[in-house]
Amino acid sequence: MLPIRLARFGIRLVAANCKRINIGSLSQVAREFSSDERPQFPGSRSQWTEKLEFIRPDLYDGIPVYRVMDRKGKVIDPSQDPQLSEEMVIKMYKCMTQLNTMDRILYESQRQGRISFYMTNYGEEGTHIGSAAALDPKDLIFGQYREAGTLMWRGFTLDQFMNQCYGNVDDGGKGKQMPVHYGSKELNFVTISSPLGTQMPQAVGAAYAYKRSQNGLCVMCYFGEGTSSEGDAHAALNFSATLDCPVIFFCRNNGYAISTPSKEQYRGDGIAGRGPAYGMLTIRVDGNDVFAVYNATLKARQVAISEMRPVLIEAMTYRIGHHSTSDDSTAYRSVDEVRYWDERDHPISRLRNYMLSKGWWGDAQEKEWKEDCKRQVMTAFARAEKKLKPNWKEIFTDVYHEMPSHIREQMKQMEEHVQKYAEHYPLKNFTKD
Amino acid sequence: MALRTFIKRNLILNNKCPLRISQRLSHFTFVPDTVSASEGETQRMNLFQAINNSLDIALTQDPTAVIFGEDVAFGGVFRCTVGLQEKHGKSRVFNTPLCEQGIAGFGIGAATAGATAIAEIQFADYILPAFDQICNEAAKYRYRSGGIYDCGSLTIRAPCSAVGHGAVYHSQSPEAFFAHCPGLKVVVPRGPIKAKGLLLSCIRDKNPCLFFEPKILYRSAVEQVPVKDYTMPLSKADILVEGDDITLVGWGTQVHVLREVCQLAKDQLNVSCELIDLVTILPWDKETIAQSVKKTGRLLIAHEAPLTSGFGAEIAASIQHECFLNLEAPIERVTGFDTPFPHMFEPFYMPDKWRCFEAVKKLVNY
Repeated sequence: MLPIRLARFGIRLVAANCKRINIGSLSQVAREFSSDERPQFPGSRSQWTEKLEFIRPDLYDGIPVYRVMDRKGKVIDPSQDPQLSEEMVIKMYKCMTQLNTMDRILYESQRQGRISFYMTNYGEEGTHIGSAAALDPKDLIFGQYREAGTLMWRGFTLDQFMNQCYGNVDDGGKGKQMPVHYGSKELNFVTISSPLGTQMPQAVGAAYAYKRSQNGLCVMCYFGEGTSSEGDAHAALNFSATLDCPVIFFCRNNGYAISTPSKEQYRGDGIAGRGPAYGMLTIRVDGNDVFAVYNATLKARQVAISEMRPVLIEAMTYRIGHHSTSDDSTAYRSVDEVRYWDERDHPISRLRNYMLSKGWWGDAQEKEWKEDCKRQVMTAFARAEKKLKPNWKEIFTDVYHEMPSHIREQMKQMEEHVQKYAEHYPLKNFTKD
Repeated sequence: MALRTFIKRNLILNNKCPLRISQRLSHFTFVPDTVSASEGETQRMNLFQAINNSLDIALTQDPTAVIFGEDVAFGGVFRCTVGLQEKHGKSRVFNTPLCEQGIAGFGIGAATAGATAIAEIQFADYILPAFDQICNEAAKYRYRSGGIYDCGSLTIRAPCSAVGHGAVYHSQSPEAFFAHCPGLKVVVPRGPIKAKGLLLSCIRDKNPCLFFEPKILYRSAVEQVPVKDYTMPLSKADILVEGDDITLVGWGTQVHVLREVCQLAKDQLNVSCELIDLVTILPWDKETIAQSVKKTGRLLIAHEAPLTSGFGAEIAASIQHECFLNLEAPIERVTGFDTPFPHMFEPFYMPDKWRCFEAVKKLVNY
């Protein structure tokens, strides 16, 4: 029996019983000629062993899940209580619930065919708000698509969300991308794109540029556990470590990539299990515990900036909603499973319990806020729906910094065509020159 | 800029003393460009030295500029980054892990965050793992964000094209893959003077650029390159030899093959060819080609990459549309075959001067 100690996590890995292999005289000769007791290979730092033993990944408990509050909103270890002010906690709660309200209304509006697509954030509101609250508002965020709460925390208005989903004339993205592909220069939130994982090495490059500019900021990169299977995830984790970049990788492990359960996504100890292999500081947190997420992110940010190195946070959570409006998740998972997370272990109800226990919130406030919130969302929704779409010529802008002659020519051809066949195009919905 | 005009003039007047680069199996003869005395001090440089010089200027002029890729720190496997790390520091010229998608993604991110990112992909053959980052991300960054984010300060350099013995994965010319992707600029120089000016243009251009360097020219192409900081316009083709009977279009090494074809056609057929280096594949200079074809009535396009959907197809279709009434013969394309690039059969695969010469004959006799 050879117990191998994985020092960083204090995990005992017990290898299978294995007889000593007699390597024979050859190894003894080699040892006599060796001037150093330790192996000299450039590719690793380790010691010799004469036991033939494979490292087994399945003989130890996984990396533990850090939590601050229990499911009833009670702080377990007072030393871990971030001691956030009443005002801050209420802001967190309002942000999470406002996101939830917006999700419900926009999800319904897609069902009614009023917007083409939507993705909710149900069950993952805590990961967004807890992490965003621990960042400096000037830290650059690269997201995947299910992180709307971070934008909301930073002040992206309901109107801005709605304008993007409607692709109307006030959408900062000029109506070019699908709904929920938000972006904001002012709020340092890089525009979302659909290809999964691509943002990860980009976040590393941005963090490298931040390091060189010595601006005292870090870069935050969100991604799901499915995305972590992409080659770009491997590229990003490895580049960030070898190039010493102040970046936080924040994995939302919600158990599913569309229909694929995480057990078909990987065989190791989740995503956090990979961090040490890349030489990264790593932690796993309860993603439904907004304070655990906050604490981990705050610490990760300090480490990233002061030590100029990447940190990996894996937030364990559950995707309560369907993957998107194009998905019916009952086709691959049980309603009971979903109900468990919605009713028994939800980030919003847990924070509400915490606030109730502090006397910071009550039923009357809840009722009033719910109504107020719904009214705000509905008003923004109605405003966005009424607006015209951008001028159709926006098709041709921003392909390049300047418009090349061949694109200008194509725009001109289309303009002539549209004039000729005006009645066959939805011109009345689009702004004119 | 002015440099283009004087190069053109010098090339037309100065078509003598071709420099034989290698007697052994070389499929082309490199003829150096020259610049006028008004361009200031010049220095003898081969292609890799001109690129090195260009990168040195970029790093000196722009404190945010960084160079990275596989093995660039010690000078690069083609010596293009020699001495740059010593001069500009380890934080500005550094090795990355061996991962092309990572290199491209890292470059996009650095550019997005305000740095000038100059990435190297070791061989153009190995750019494909980065295809997603280049085409889905870099090319569309500005567009999809409505212009609020962009990675315009990204340039990706990669050695490309035939080298005599590079076989399947050290010979490819992938420009047409990228020519189908709006948002990118794709540039291929034919020699050191152009390489220096065009690379500086790419680095300073506000759009993501791919800069493909014909690696067979790294050592074999030597010119007197201006020492000063200069740029050359993108999306401008160069007329290298003026002629009346037929227009020949190529880029990179193929320009030198076609130059010999011009001479062969003149000597053996008494045909006057107009030679054009396209220089920029995307967005390409349709106007210069169309004007030439309106004059000559005949067009031959030659490139090393395979025929089907090669960039020659785009040129042929566009020129057919622009110059239908002027064309006296079908547009000819002489290219690599629709096969992978072979090892032992390279001399038979290449669109060499004899295949091009035969196509000229066919065009004039049509």
